[in-house]
Amino acid sequence: MTDIPARAAPSSASSGSALLTLMKLRTFIALIAVLVFFSIAAPNFLSAANLILMAKHVALNAFLAMGMTFVIITGGIDLSVGSIVGLCGMVAGYLVLNGIDLQIGYTIYFNVFEIALITLVVGILIGAVNGLLITKLNVAPFIATLGVLYVARGLALLSSDGRTFPNLVGRPELGTTGFGFLGAGRLVGLPVSIWILVVVALGAAYLARYTPLGRHIFAVGGNERAARISGVRVNMIKMFVYMFSGFCAAIVGLIISSELMASHPATGESFELNAIAAAVLGGTSMSGGRGTIGGTIVGAFVIGILSDGLVMMGVSSFWQMVIKGLVIIVAVVVDQAQRRLQQRVTLMQMAKAG
Amino acid sequence: MSAAAGHDVILKLEDVSKVYAGTVAVKQANFEVRKSAVNVLVGENGAGKSTLMKIIAGVEQPTAGRILLDGNEVSFSSSGDAVNRGIGMVFQELNLFGNMTVAENIFATRELTNRFRKIDRKEQERRAGEFLDRLEAGIRPDMLVEDLRIGQQQLVEIAKAVSLDARILIMDEPTSALSAAEVEILFKVIADLKACGVAIVYISHRLEELIRIGDYITVLRDGRITGQEEMRHVDTQWIVRQMIGSDAKDFAKADGHVPGEEIFRAEEICLPRVTGGLAVDHVSLSLRAGEILGIYGLMGAGRSELFDCIMGRHGHASGKIFIDGKQIRERDTTRRIRRGLALIPEDRQREGLVSILSVASNLTLASLSRFVRLFHIRGSAERQAVMQMVRELAIKVADPAQEVSSLSGGNQQKVVIGKALLTGPKVLLMDEPSRGIDVGAKADVFRTMRKLSRDGLGILFATSDLDEVMALSDRIAVMSNGKLTGMFDRAEATDAAIIAASALGHGPAPAHLARHMESNADD
Repeated sequence: MTDIPARAAPSSASSGSALLTLMKLRTFIALIAVLVFFSIAAPNFLSAANLILMAKHVALNAFLAMGMTFVIITGGIDLSVGSIVGLCGMVAGYLVLNGIDLQIGYTIYFNVFEIALITLVVGILIGAVNGLLITKLNVAPFIATLGVLYVARGLALLSSDGRTFPNLVGRPELGTTGFGFLGAGRLVGLPVSIWILVVVALGAAYLARYTPLGRHIFAVGGNERAARISGVRVNMIKMFVYMFSGFCAAIVGLIISSELMASHPATGESFELNAIAAAVLGGTSMSGGRGTIGGTIVGAFVIGILSDGLVMMGVSSFWQMVIKGLVIIVAVVVDQAQRRLQQRVTLMQMAKAG
Repeated sequence: MSAAAGHDVILKLEDVSKVYAGTVAVKQANFEVRKSAVNVLVGENGAGKSTLMKIIAGVEQPTAGRILLDGNEVSFSSSGDAVNRGIGMVFQELNLFGNMTVAENIFATRELTNRFRKIDRKEQERRAGEFLDRLEAGIRPDMLVEDLRIGQQQLVEIAKAVSLDARILIMDEPTSALSAAEVEILFKVIADLKACGVAIVYISHRLEELIRIGDYITVLRDGRITGQEEMRHVDTQWIVRQMIGSDAKDFAKADGHVPGEEIFRAEEICLPRVTGGLAVDHVSLSLRAGEILGIYGLMGAGRSELFDCIMGRHGHASGKIFIDGKQIRERDTTRRIRRGLALIPEDRQREGLVSILSVASNLTLASLSRFVRLFHIRGSAERQAVMQMVRELAIKVADPAQEVSSLSGGNQQKVVIGKALLTGPKVLLMDEPSRGIDVGAKADVFRTMRKLSRDGLGILFATSDLDEVMALSDRIAVMSNGKLTGMFDRAEATDAAIIAASALGHGPAPAHLARHMESNADD
């Protein structure tokens, strides 16, 4: 058995597989469709300023959706990301304004870089709490992250007694200035947040494709028992995905606070739902094992462009919600249809091969 | 047995086939079920018995062929359809709701209600009690199913099927978890049903049972029906011949290499059962390099559980294991794999493969660290290893990027084996390595086992197939009820001795069982 039968695939290029290809590209097709539609229907839609503004909006959801994608691929869900956004924003705002009081007459102030770092660590730690609840205490992901959703939101509100931390310009003598760079700064003509998105997205896509960690994430979601018997450290993988999700949420918290130059404790409410929507629209399967970072980013862009475009056309926000919901439902229906078609095509190929 | 030739055919399958993704489970089967008779169906694991029965019970729909009930063509779109036409089934894997009471289970989907559509619990429990009394099981109808022993659950399943007043009653391995006394009661119930004109389809692995209660016998092999006879015309040898076929399995000859030093030793492995007692009961054994040690045992003997303990899948298992004389103190699967242990699990779909990943990803899943530089998987190194395994194990796949679920059962099994081999194991644990795969793939798997043992691996393999264990093993261990009940060199092992040992763990064997064993010994 040295030569392997290398045929079967190309010969059966029937109408079934053409349709299949079309369905596989559905998110791209949807993206192009919304772009074309709005460039005709909405004036100024294609102007550079508008495109950059939209990209900034989309970036926020895209970060969360990337973290969510890994979580969903392992078969879990992370409902706490919206609250982590809020809490991390508050952490950053608090550090800019107040620093940390050491209770001995001294107060440490951090520079913006350190503040960002601390905020990210806070996000990762909250993710680790999610992970520990799920792996060590065997709490269902839905429940564990729902609990953390409330706890984190509550802490965010407690941190300021429900008030906003305003005016985060910082003081030059304390070295806390420059917080606005993340949200408003530009590098080579593009907003900093877009650059961060590009870097994180490339990193996540690389991780998914070319590292053992990525492979293990898919294996855990595809068949946890088989993964465990193959020596995959299932608990560590789960810890990682929730921590990564917390990391992504912390980035969003930083960017939003930086854009507004203020931290509001209610920031990020219901963001988790948008993130799930983007991941699902991008082809991530809620039952685990399937999904790509690229697909999720495209999904986030479809949702973001749809809502911004509808605003530009003056469609009421109530209708926007209806439309967004329908798009998600259609996406999942098409996804299911694709699975069935895929199975049929595979069976037909096998029948042909004998 | 008055198996008069005049039993009417009540149900007939004509040229029925069933194809799943990856395997053809049943090929053009013609099968007749006769009234007032026990219609026995036998075949090896994976021969397609259960699939055939699921087709009759409406659980699965045939890909091709016709079903005739009382001479009229019918098609069942669900098991409810089949029940309405008087076909009941006792499933091999228990189809019970553990969170409900026995009575609720028996009347599930056809609850007895009063005038106001409220469930009449008392009446249900009274009626359920009648069925249970017939089975003399000592089960109260208001007990929760999850609190019952497996054997008792099986009796509930049987009571449920009997309560359907079915004209055709299918029993898929109804005795697999029953004690000898419970089996006797079941046989009495079967005799009653037969007298009432019920057609019974009876599936079992236990030949002595079949010969005792069967009126007609049908043998399946690899999805095809290979023999159909009246039971009084056949004997054990005939059945075995039809089951195995004239093209006796290709077991790959031993090459006469001499096993080396001890490579693996297990001492006093114990695993508590959830329901009390021990699933693995103080098992100790040792294995030499290049040796194949077969572990024979019936269903529930504790073979798989022993392997699970060795792989570190149960935190609460006790006992010591050694590789090359050094004790393995790591308790988790990941590190035990690194120390040179690898398991090929019994249930390929649930534990062996990640079915939505590609053949290549599955092959390298357990050994990714071999192909990694820093944190980057080197594609070329991985591809090379994959191609090498595909070649060595003769995995028939057009492109390793294909999803593994598109392969046939035999090739899927080879992928599982390849995955284990890529970890570079010293000791390979194979749990039913030939289950549910076609003859050609079986021969390939056996050949691979021989080759690996020649290369100096120690192989422990568990099977419930007597021929297999006799043909492949250098030594044979027998397990029963969690205990190691026998250890034979191949030269001195006989079928009779092994079968006798496989019944030892259940305390003193009942008289009639002992008789059967003696008659087996005469073969």
